Amino acid sequence: MAEKVKVLENCRVLDLSNELGFLCGKILGDLGADVIKIEKPGGDPSRNLGTYYKDRPDPERNLYWFSYNHNKRGITLDIETKSGADIFKQLVQTADIVIETFPPGFMEGLGLDYDTLSQINPGLIITSITPFGQTGPYKDYTGADLVLTAMSGFMSLVGDPDRPPVRVTLPQSYMWTGMHAATGTIMAYYHREITGEGQHVDVSAQASLLWACSIAPSFYDYNGEVPKRAGGFITGRSITGAKMRAVSPCKDGYVNYIIYGGPAGIRTNVRMTEWMDSKGMAPDHLKQKDWKKFNIAAVTQEEIDEIERSNDDFLLTTTKSEFFEKVLEKDMLGYPVATSEDTMKDEQLRSRDLWKTLAHEDLGEEIVYPSFFAKFSDIACNLWRRAPKIGEHNEEIYGELGYQVQDLLNMKRAKII
Amino acid sequence: MNQGIFKDLKIVEFAAIAAGPLIGKFCADHGATVVHVESYARPDGFRANYPPFKDNEPGYDRSGSFGICNNNKLDVTINLKAPGGIDLAKRLASWADVVTENFTPGTMAKLGLGYEDLKATKPDIIMLSTCNQGQDGPHARHPGFGSHLSSLCGFTSVTGYKDRDPVILYGPYVDHIGVGYGVVALVGALIHKHKTGAGQLIDLAQYECGVQFMMPALLDYTVNNRVMERDGNRHGYAAPHNVYPCAGEDSWCAISVFNDQQWERLCSTMEKPGLISDSRFKTILKRKQNEEELDVIVAEWSSEHPAEYLFKALQENGVMAGIVQGIDELFEDPQLVRRGIWAPVDHKVVGKHHAEGPPFAFSKTPFKIDKAFPCIGEDNERVFKEFLGMSDEEYQKMETDGTIG
Repeated sequence: MAEKVKVLENCRVLDLSNELGFLCGKILGDLGADVIKIEKPGGDPSRNLGTYYKDRPDPERNLYWFSYNHNKRGITLDIETKSGADIFKQLVQTADIVIETFPPGFMEGLGLDYDTLSQINPGLIITSITPFGQTGPYKDYTGADLVLTAMSGFMSLVGDPDRPPVRVTLPQSYMWTGMHAATGTIMAYYHREITGEGQHVDVSAQASLLWACSIAPSFYDYNGEVPKRAGGFITGRSITGAKMRAVSPCKDGYVNYIIYGGPAGIRTNVRMTEWMDSKGMAPDHLKQKDWKKFNIAAVTQEEIDEIERSNDDFLLTTTKSEFFEKVLEKDMLGYPVATSEDTMKDEQLRSRDLWKTLAHEDLGEEIVYPSFFAKFSDIACNLWRRAPKIGEHNEEIYGELGYQVQDLLNMKRAKII
Repeated sequence: MNQGIFKDLKIVEFAAIAAGPLIGKFCADHGATVVHVESYARPDGFRANYPPFKDNEPGYDRSGSFGICNNNKLDVTINLKAPGGIDLAKRLASWADVVTENFTPGTMAKLGLGYEDLKATKPDIIMLSTCNQGQDGPHARHPGFGSHLSSLCGFTSVTGYKDRDPVILYGPYVDHIGVGYGVVALVGALIHKHKTGAGQLIDLAQYECGVQFMMPALLDYTVNNRVMERDGNRHGYAAPHNVYPCAGEDSWCAISVFNDQQWERLCSTMEKPGLISDSRFKTILKRKQNEEELDVIVAEWSSEHPAEYLFKALQENGVMAGIVQGIDELFEDPQLVRRGIWAPVDHKVVGKHHAEGPPFAFSKTPFKIDKAFPCIGEDNERVFKEFLGMSDEEYQKMETDGTIG
């Protein structure tokens, strides 16, 4: 088979982003783009998010940084100095895409806004990522994950009804924003490939996370209903307003088992009853049920509760892995509530060769990463290099621009790099 | 239609529910001609089985879940089980530049509509196959929905309070992650085709997309042997970091304080300057240590004010704060409104409602939403006669023998 092609091989990306944009550059890097992460001298403050390798608080050992900055090279540059801004402009001449997450107007203040930079490089694409977008009454407002999750509406859908709404403990808003920024950026790049025209892409984190609300907005738009958090239950499946349990305790954790309709749901319900019966735990009301007539869109809470009471008693007697084996074997709907440990042991992900290692020579260790987000027949999507250390590629990249080792030393002394 | 980034792109979707159709929708919003294929025998599951329905009255052309995933598209009905069904589907696929599908892996090939089959008639076709687990591997053919997958990906185990069972994320959460990655993958293939003229096959597993959003927790496990657990709204090194009750029913304000400066600003907004140097809360370590006490103090203050007042007063003072917006409030949110996220559309059965626009705004090629979701089979005549050049007689015959239906 012919070798797969790096489809973005000739695409250079200058990545000025903080955590809101990390994933954007990384995704472009997965497809082979030459992504250059630009940090302030001394390193990006985002190197202090989350946890560290062996819990040693060191910006060169930050696991959040490792997670979303591989497939990038790294340089340091203070674009807030005149000399730094000038060097940045030289880099822009060699680039196709700039990703930035500064407050609206900040780049303009440095003379590095879209209008100015597109005069230097007419085909340039600038992707600006902010909490609320480049314009509008909240454009200058700030927010980390909790605030973004709240403002997007997503949080109103998550949590126990008798407690305050909750976010996902592992912040999700940065991933949503980075992913959608990548979507917009690659669309703009495609447009440029066809027409030669560059442009400014304005990405809102709030709007990116809005899609995590899934179909909830249509409930309000159609019928004035406001979907709300329902704990471990799912809502909106029946016109009677019945809710269905999605998270059930089992012997060693939790499983996700939901009463569904449609062909797969009905098959699942029948086989669950058979499984329970094989252990002597299927009550008559389940065994005698005419599942073919079961209509999820019209089912009442009473009927659901009756089924779930029996199912839940049974699930308590199974383990996550017994449950998983059974649903796989019997083609039933349902999965264990996986922990990080379960994910890393998952047979399917392993057989798909998702995991590959990268050497972190300083740490004397190889670390496991996912090596693709999709499999392509012709283009390459891969794990190319680990996340850069602070200023790791200064010599290499500034060398390409024609700077000598002595220049770099001077720039370092002047705190530009 | 027919302007924007994808104005010359033709997509045929053998896809249903959320992930597949939304990939097409993002393209349709930017000018692609997208034909959604289903049949009366097998209508899109969102039309058939999922609320909301307009006025709570079920009906294929009354579905809000289908509506939000399918604006700007055309819809045809091909009965793949009818004698001429497969041939017609193939003919339509050959008209397209891109075919998307989210059947169980192997189904398209079994029907004679696999990548190799389509390539034989249309050598540069791009085919995007998306499903839960991927096209190969021991669990490939196992069925599942996004609401299950969010648990397998690990999101459920890290959501909720420590002293309660974990909670489930709303809807098919992982499907929507697959949508973002799916559009990236598709556009990557389009760039390749633009450069080389070659099409290709894309195998997009939503599970593998979802796992990307869990990476920091997975690294913490593989490197530090730590299994991440749910922890409410707590944050490792920020306090206060929670949602606080506001005046009114079930109304909440999110407040997060990461450093001493933000803490001082919060205290001054609360008009409690004495708290700044209060020994219980003076440093970030102290605030974390006495977080429950701190939450009570903030909640006492917040519950006297409406959420919107708190949000704006705190933001104007440089404190990160937000309203836990209800779904209804999103339609009034001035930022979302300004971005044109809620695009007005009119539908012959549902009437006036809104489609949802993309989260990115292009300066030169803005999205354009100008058509509500199609009724089932609404564009049969146009697509088969105009696009495929079918004669009146042929069309009539296929309608009569149930191929179109």
